[in-house]
Amino acid sequence: MNLDWTFFLNDNGSGRTYWQLMLDAWGWTLSVAGLSWVVAMLLGALMGTLRTLPNSPWLVRLGNVWVELFRNIPLLVQIFLWYFVVPKVFPAMMQVPGFVLVVLALGFFTSARIAEQVRAGILALPRGQRYAGMALGFSTAQTYRYVILPMAFRMILPPLTSESMNLLKNSSVAYAVSIAELTMFALQTQEETARGVEVYIVVTALYAISAFAVNRVMALVEKKMHIPGMVMAGATGGGH
Amino acid sequence: MLGLDLSFFNWEIISKFVKNGFIFSVQLTVVGTLGGILLGTLLALMRLSGKKALMIPAVIYVNGMRSVPLLMVILWFFLLVPMSFYELIPGGSNYRAEISAMITFVAFEAAYFSEIMRAGIQSISRGQVNAGRALGMTYAQNMRLVILPQAFRNMVPVLLTQTIILFQDTSLVYAIGAYDLLKGFTTAGKIYGRTEEAYLLAAVVYFVMCYGMSYLVKRLNTRIAIIR
Repeated sequence: MNLDWTFFLNDNGSGRTYWQLMLDAWGWTLSVAGLSWVVAMLLGALMGTLRTLPNSPWLVRLGNVWVELFRNIPLLVQIFLWYFVVPKVFPAMMQVPGFVLVVLALGFFTSARIAEQVRAGILALPRGQRYAGMALGFSTAQTYRYVILPMAFRMILPPLTSESMNLLKNSSVAYAVSIAELTMFALQTQEETARGVEVYIVVTALYAISAFAVNRVMALVEKKMHIPGMVMAGATGGGH
Repeated sequence: MLGLDLSFFNWEIISKFVKNGFIFSVQLTVVGTLGGILLGTLLALMRLSGKKALMIPAVIYVNGMRSVPLLMVILWFFLLVPMSFYELIPGGSNYRAEISAMITFVAFEAAYFSEIMRAGIQSISRGQVNAGRALGMTYAQNMRLVILPQAFRNMVPVLLTQTIILFQDTSLVYAIGAYDLLKGFTTAGKIYGRTEEAYLLAAVVYFVMCYGMSYLVKRLNTRIAIIR
């Protein structure tokens, strides 16, 4: 097979080279993934916590419904729902740019998975931890804030790492609603230049590099946050 | 209701547009799961074989597949599998996207299934391995008759959960235009000018199927837990 990489330096007709366009696309991928990550972490932590609350059956139910709803519909369908259906049903959402809708879709989708992990982490703690908080006279909120969540979050860092990497890879689905991210760039450039193999190689490599970077950052966090005296098992999460 | 009209989706439309897509989505899920488990088990065995020549390719394959988006892998196979391959299959050239999707899902899911099977094999206690060897079994016999059946059984819930994820991921064949469940709904929606309703109904169908399956897995889980 003859590979020809020189087209990366060519202008695509917009006054910019493919090389520059690709860096832009990489930026879009990272922005979509980064912002969705923030949404997913906040909502995931909230919903995961709600599901473990004692004496609040309705909040537990809300958390359960949230997780089942966003976990059991394919991401692509959810993105279409946010992009096409939500603005039609709620006309106020018409003004919201597509980028934000995709961030919400990816964020909500991932939040269900993170909520699952947060719940598992909280339930994995010995019951004594909760009692210790109560014995100290903490309210439920204080027990969670000072006792349970700091432990639970550090215990679930390995699965959170793989969820974060999944989020980055899943951001590729955003191409379906014409976000100018890496997959979109790959498809467009393949069409324009008929150099599919070269483009795919570079784009795939960029995804792998990004996922690896997420992995390294999370490993660093894991090391910094390590609970003294505890063995951290490297759990592997399924999914994608 | 909220500017949506779901009433036009009747049985005629469903059997005309959605049925074939649904069948393909299920086919793809079944092929991907069975093929993935088969290839995945092979990869797991290679990885646990203790022989460098087998371990290194397996590790590279599994980690490589797991570090790239499925969407890119779907596009890769669609681009790379030559036309002559599809012509080997009777009528295959008419179903290029569908065949390419099946190959992709087996190859991609094998990486994930191999991690599950590896965990399953490693969860078997040392005593079982020793027992097999004490009976004079060869490595292959030990694997086939003692370890793999137990590993497989232990991992059934995890394998099924992965299958549900796989079923959701089949919607990504949208990228190469394969006619799956989602495509069935969107096609009908476009023809009748009811795009929004079509997406909504697709979501409902996916939800019901995935929720139903995960409910069954949960039930199975408790039953297996009681047996132990």
